[in-house]
Amino acid sequence: MFTLENLTKIYQHRGEEVHALDKITMEIVQGSFVVVTGGSGSGKTTLLLTLGGIIHPTSGSLRVKGASLYDYSSNQLAAYRNRTVGFVLQTFNLVPYLTALENVMIPMLLNRDLEEEPQNRAANLLDQLGLSSRQHFLPRELSIGQQQRVAIARALANDPDVILADEPTGNLDPKLSLEILRILKDLNQKESRTIIMVTHSPAAVEFGTKTFRLDQGRLVA
Amino acid sequence: MNSKFSFTTVIWREIWQRKSRLISGLLTITLGIAVIIGIESVTSVSKEVVKKKLDLLGANILVLPQATSVDDYYSADIDAPTFPEEYVERIATSMLPGVDNLSPKLSRRIKVSGYPIVLTGIMPSNELASKPIWQASGLMAADLKLACATSSNPSDTTRLDPSLKRATIDSLAATDVWVGSMVAERLKLATGGGVTLEGKKFKVAHVLPETGTVDDNRIFAHLHSVQQLLGTGSQTSAIEIMGCCSAISDGLLGKLRNILPDTRIITINSIVNTQIETNKLMSKVSLILLVIIVVVGSIAIGNYMWANVEERRKEIGTLITIGFTRGRIYRLFLTKSLILGLVGGTLGYVLGTLAAMVLGPQLAGLTISPIPIYLLWSLIVASTIALVGSWYPVYRAARLDPALIMQET
Ligand SMILES: Nc1ncnc2c1ncn2[C@@H]1O[C@H](COP(=O)(O)OP(=O)(O)OP(=O)(O)O)[C@@H](O)[C@H]1O
Ligand SMILES: [Mg+2]
Repeated sequence: MFTLENLTKIYQHRGEEVHALDKITMEIVQGSFVVVTGGSGSGKTTLLLTLGGIIHPTSGSLRVKGASLYDYSSNQLAAYRNRTVGFVLQTFNLVPYLTALENVMIPMLLNRDLEEEPQNRAANLLDQLGLSSRQHFLPRELSIGQQQRVAIARALANDPDVILADEPTGNLDPKLSLEILRILKDLNQKESRTIIMVTHSPAAVEFGTKTFRLDQGRLVA
Repeated sequence: MNSKFSFTTVIWREIWQRKSRLISGLLTITLGIAVIIGIESVTSVSKEVVKKKLDLLGANILVLPQATSVDDYYSADIDAPTFPEEYVERIATSMLPGVDNLSPKLSRRIKVSGYPIVLTGIMPSNELASKPIWQASGLMAADLKLACATSSNPSDTTRLDPSLKRATIDSLAATDVWVGSMVAERLKLATGGGVTLEGKKFKVAHVLPETGTVDDNRIFAHLHSVQQLLGTGSQTSAIEIMGCCSAISDGLLGKLRNILPDTRIITINSIVNTQIETNKLMSKVSLILLVIIVVVGSIAIGNYMWANVEERRKEIGTLITIGFTRGRIYRLFLTKSLILGLVGGTLGYVLGTLAAMVLGPQLAGLTISPIPIYLLWSLIVASTIALVGSWYPVYRAARLDPALIMQET
């Protein structure tokens, strides 16, 4: 699915170079559940955003199903973010003035190839995540666990191959964390989506089929 | 709920969710537009009124001797030096287009029973029309009138301001006088009564309605009777000409000056000049206001949009992860400011028009009705303000580095 070769990201910070990613070479197989761990500042988020077509690497190559991602035009990259990958972040990043249903529908507005009727599809996704009675709630009217489930539903909006999750359980208590991890596991096993999840939590690491460990931008395991 | 969820829904929803913060930005545009529309509505009606007055007056022309001082159109002929009555015929025979209703006058201040009045000799229109010279030139007064009517619009006499219109006197016997309202009141004169002027008895044929001008203090008699009474011979102190507006702008005054080089020729325009001046001033004021409002409004909207972009940084990051391009984010925010502009422009137009309709009659004595084309201008100006003001904040929103936004969570 992803082939990384010497992938490097250097930030310029007040004249100094920060090597957020330092010559990362790895292969991520389609259908795997990859867990990325590492200390704070080790480059996990940077890696995830690079895989997601948001942060342009400084050097090295990143191939997605054989195609060099950062040779895409900005429109192609936007389409990639819209359809091939789905993001689930630590803070749930729901649009505050839109209802749960509308939040799930936004990515569909950008997808002309969608065959299903957006409203039905969004309602079904919320239903699958146990939120059928919360469709018309605003994010602030939902519990934290519910908000994260809406975020997952939105990540699934355009039926992506890959889910990119950055500490998706970071703000949740153990019980809710387990609930979210089970959902991700199901998405991986039952729907054979590739999951790439950044996490600090040892419990979460258990869910992965493959673990990468970063230290100061370098891949150590 | 909206039946169809779209990007427009997203924009509206956002506007509504944060409406309290919206108000200051919107208020600036709305009030700014309202002030301009209010002033412009009043000014345009006022301009319209001036134009009508000029049309209805037929843009009177006054021919005076060279030496006359001209301060007030209405009293310019009083005690002025004189020129021969024969000048009337010179104008008539010249057959200048746009000349209608020539009326020679001779005015002198005299005292009647110790009370000072202005005695004005005039030529009744029936005598002018039948003057041999007019027939010789093959033109009747009626023909002249007809030729004129096509270019100006004298049929609309209902709105004629009576204080500006001078009575044309059709016929006047040699021993008849028409008296102004003030003279009639002071000297206790009534229609059918008699009055003695310079030792000669006259009959009061008519008491004129009040005009608020020096005419109220005049006694009108036949020109030839006045010439006899004052011993001036065949002299007049002024010739009044009803000319057509269009003919005047076509250079009628210059042509008249060629025919009568030793005279002074003025138009009644000076009467409405104050109003024209006020209108010009208002136009200037509203132009200055327009500039101020565009600047202030742009700053207000820019300020609002800047805050809005800052507040929505995280949302912008989210939209990028979802698959928005910079262009789409650009459009999202610009559409929002365009909506603000259109709403502000519409509200401003409505508010300004209502204000003009309520205040116009009270402050300017003008009846004001909505001017639909101003809605278009309001929308254009307000959208320009909104787009100019939000250009930079929105540009910045679209250029935000997602790597930075994502780190902020
Ligand atoms: N926009 C940026 N400009 C400059 N330096 C940055 C920027 N973003 C990240 N960095 C630096 O790059 C390094 C990697 O950051 P990253 O966010 O990927 O770490 P992380 O592993 O996700 O950390 P955490 O576990 O705390 O989330 C850090 O040292 C960080 O300070
Ligand atoms: Mg991180």
